[in-house]
Amino acid sequence: MRSPSTRAREGALAVATEANRAIEAIWRIESARLIAGLARIVGDIGTAEELAQDALVAALEQWPASGVPEKPGAWLMSTAKHRATDLIRRRKTLERKYEELGRDVERDQGGTDLDTAIDEDVGDDLLGLIFMACHPVLSTDARVALTLRVLGGLTTEEIARGFLVPVSSIAQRIVRAKRTLTEAHVRFEVPSGPERSARLASVLEVIYLIFNEGYAATAGEDWIRPSLCEEALRLGRILAELAPTESEVHGLVALMEIHASRLRARVGPSGEPVLLLDQDRSRWDHLLISRGLAALERAERLGAAMGPYALQGAIAACHARAATAAETDWPRIVALYDAVAQLAPSPVVELNRAVAVGMAFGPAAGLELVDALVPEPSLKSYHLLPAVRGDLLRKLGRSEEARAEFERAASLTENARERELLKRRAAECAAEGMTG
Amino acid sequence: MRVLILAKEGNQSAAATPPTAEAMAEYQKFNEELVKAGVVVAAGRLSPSSEGKRVQFDGSKRRVIDGPFAETKELVAGYWLWQVRSMDEAIEWLKRAPYDGGTFEIREVSQHEGA
Repeated sequence: MRSPSTRAREGALAVATEANRAIEAIWRIESARLIAGLARIVGDIGTAEELAQDALVAALEQWPASGVPEKPGAWLMSTAKHRATDLIRRRKTLERKYEELGRDVERDQGGTDLDTAIDEDVGDDLLGLIFMACHPVLSTDARVALTLRVLGGLTTEEIARGFLVPVSSIAQRIVRAKRTLTEAHVRFEVPSGPERSARLASVLEVIYLIFNEGYAATAGEDWIRPSLCEEALRLGRILAELAPTESEVHGLVALMEIHASRLRARVGPSGEPVLLLDQDRSRWDHLLISRGLAALERAERLGAAMGPYALQGAIAACHARAATAAETDWPRIVALYDAVAQLAPSPVVELNRAVAVGMAFGPAAGLELVDALVPEPSLKSYHLLPAVRGDLLRKLGRSEEARAEFERAASLTENARERELLKRRAAECAAEGMTG
Repeated sequence: MRVLILAKEGNQSAAATPPTAEAMAEYQKFNEELVKAGVVVAAGRLSPSSEGKRVQFDGSKRRVIDGPFAETKELVAGYWLWQVRSMDEAIEWLKRAPYDGGTFEIREVSQHEGA
């Protein structure tokens, strides 16, 4: 549950007077850095966030009268730092008392010199915060909510709106996540060595999940929610600068930039989805495409073998480079999916590969692969399996079977817009069946 | 949202002395901060208007005019394309730029293109 003071703080944020709007914008710019710097000092996200928000409340009280200071970020940090000092002093007193009781309470931050602690590289702080918020000890839902909250600077309400869940659920998720991190004694650190790649994978997964929820909303009335895509893209771009030698980070950024380049073309005039091969390519955002291709080049230049994200980025790039759908290099896409399937085998990857095979070598070859996936338990309620199967059957002139598959797909999706599209396809097949 | 930041030439016209190394370093530091915050999508500096051209449309006629152009204060010297969450955020970022003169304009790029 949220404490009354938290609610008061969020309420304070909502008051949108002129000065407060400036403060809110500054908060958006500074909050992640602020929380990160404080988390390193005090050791946990929950306390760091509270200290940062206390500083925000102080700003809301003082700045409307005194004016916004010249360096608002530094002002917020030094205000929060004073409170952190008090807190650590109190903790130390407490620890001494514990020690007197013969208990061994040792806090990592006990010996930290506060001034050097604050002046050290901000980049490492942010990275530490990202790794902490995306710690594998947390459920993916919790990681997503916590990341958007402490790194994205989003309010609980904004996150709830993005994921179409009640505000109270998100608030609880965040509170529980913070508690779990504390109970599991998760340290504020930038992992290195073999642990780093596993932890990084968890971070990339969270960012990609946020992106995908915006890109192809799993539920609700809207087919896409661009603000989630923008948020994920921003996090990815930040991460690419914080960890420039990680090729998978650039791979993920490439994938997201190129997918985002299609956002405008993916939705028709009345909000209906438009699938990749039917899109008007002149409506793609060529600035994002060139950014995506540059990110992909950055990943490739790092020399390491391409990981799953870089490979998927390369697949997206194949589409981006094709001036028309007919010019798509499908055999290369098949080869890239082969590589993804080797690194990160999954039925969904196999399904995508089958689509590419169908395009490169004909619908019969694709259908053979899709049929092999039908018994797969994890795809049992995955609407894209019957959708793909329907598509291939339709190309083979088996309209009646295709219609049944599209109907099935429509019954499985939870997105209203996608359901309409699939029903329309089913109707088209029915019509073809009559004439054909 | 995406915003375009237009740096107006103002006093820093073609004749102005090139920026000092110190000023350049300050600018680069600021630009790096923007990139690290995931704000910059694109950026560019324009060459002097003496090297520019204008094409005027009048019915079916097209007239090409050579630079330099007279209204120096309004001429664009450089641009940034930023991805931000609000106009207020763009304003707060821009206020931090290490400039001691000139005018900068922030315009939202409409997401509804003509098509």
